[in-house]
Amino acid sequence: MTEAEYYQRDRGRHPPARDEGYKTSVARSPNYPLISLENSVSEITGPVFGHGDIDPLDRDLLKNYAKHGESPIGERIIVHGRVRDENARPVPNTLVEIWQANAGGRYRHKKDTYLAPIDPNFGGCGRTLTDADGYFYFRTVKPGAYPWRNGINDWRPAHIHVSVFGHAWTQRLITQMYFEGDPLIATCPIVNTIRDKAAIGQLIAPLDRNASIPLDSLAYRFDIVLRGRRATLFENRLEGN
Amino acid sequence: MTRTLDDLQETPSQTAGPYVHIGLAPGAAGFDIYERELGHDIAGPNAAGERIRIEGIVMDGTGSPVKDVLLEAWQANAAGVYAHPESPGAVEGGFRGWGRVITDFETGEWGFDTVKPGPVAGRNGTVQAPHINLWIVARGINLGLNTRLYFDDEAEANAADPVLTLIEWERRRATLIATRSERGGTPVYRFDITLQGGAETVFFDI
Repeated sequence: MTEAEYYQRDRGRHPPARDEGYKTSVARSPNYPLISLENSVSEITGPVFGHGDIDPLDRDLLKNYAKHGESPIGERIIVHGRVRDENARPVPNTLVEIWQANAGGRYRHKKDTYLAPIDPNFGGCGRTLTDADGYFYFRTVKPGAYPWRNGINDWRPAHIHVSVFGHAWTQRLITQMYFEGDPLIATCPIVNTIRDKAAIGQLIAPLDRNASIPLDSLAYRFDIVLRGRRATLFENRLEGN
Repeated sequence: MTRTLDDLQETPSQTAGPYVHIGLAPGAAGFDIYERELGHDIAGPNAAGERIRIEGIVMDGTGSPVKDVLLEAWQANAAGVYAHPESPGAVEGGFRGWGRVITDFETGEWGFDTVKPGPVAGRNGTVQAPHINLWIVARGINLGLNTRLYFDDEAEANAADPVLTLIEWERRRATLIATRSERGGTPVYRFDITLQGGAETVFFDI
């Protein structure tokens, strides 16, 4: 048992709660400042998942909703990467969940009424556990851009939503992965809630030719960094100071 | 020039968006894909302690219910032990301590069934009053919001809780305390969350 604290979250790299460019945030953002808490056992622990919770097929979006012998329509890709903490230590055995629109930018969700059609062979969600090195991968199709009611002509860049747990409640994170070279990234109000250009760059997955499968799939690399943890040397333990 | 630290930096957050259910609660999005959806059973069948229901609504700054929220809960068992190797003690078989619920698309109501947690250790020998850690994501929320649910029938423990007493604005502490009633013999705690405004719920940077 280490009982060491996690590094404070650098909120300057994260988007602020309120950003007028992203209209929905205006009424859904707290006005008062957050109360900062020192870590207790409530924050340094978090849910543990195992292979019994999921099916190996859950990471293959080309197959997990397709009829037998059929495939979704779209650009076949691998999305892979590592989950590490800020100390560059791998985060093994953690749950990574993704969801996305199909190749035409349509979500399989009863609230999505965009006129691009549903793909009968594509669900759009996947999940996996990282291995001992923090590595994970998914197979899927590249999602399409889609319009949304913010400005009248706003379009989301192609993106995949990513949810990660880490090993502590403090590390819980949801984000979005974008694709290298997409011209819509620069104009997106949701991307631009992040003020720090370098931080935005961390969400843009480069094309990874080395991981592509010849004559089958291209690959994109998306590495994820979760909050790091102090060493237990000095006065940074939960108890005993 | 000063050398820079070579630490990595945390991946920045983005909103979960309007279709968070597809990934995290596909049944609610209207399609069947996983054999086992995660987060439906927080306590499991073997957990000791009082079985309770928690429910509420999330309101935005205009007082309107937010109907596309996803909430996750993280709690200790009735003995104050978390289902995690760094929490001293053991939990009952099947007790995960974690749950995931969404709001009803029509009404905005959410709720989950669990057991009432016990007190857990605070820092430096203090004791924290029984509480459930909650995490809220939705369209329009750029970074998940952390809060805590405490219980109104634990007044004495709440008065000594190291986190509640940290809140300098005394009137705001009440926003973290769920109200107990009973329905069909089951204790129900009501916990409404206000994202913005005078009655805004306290949110934490944890």
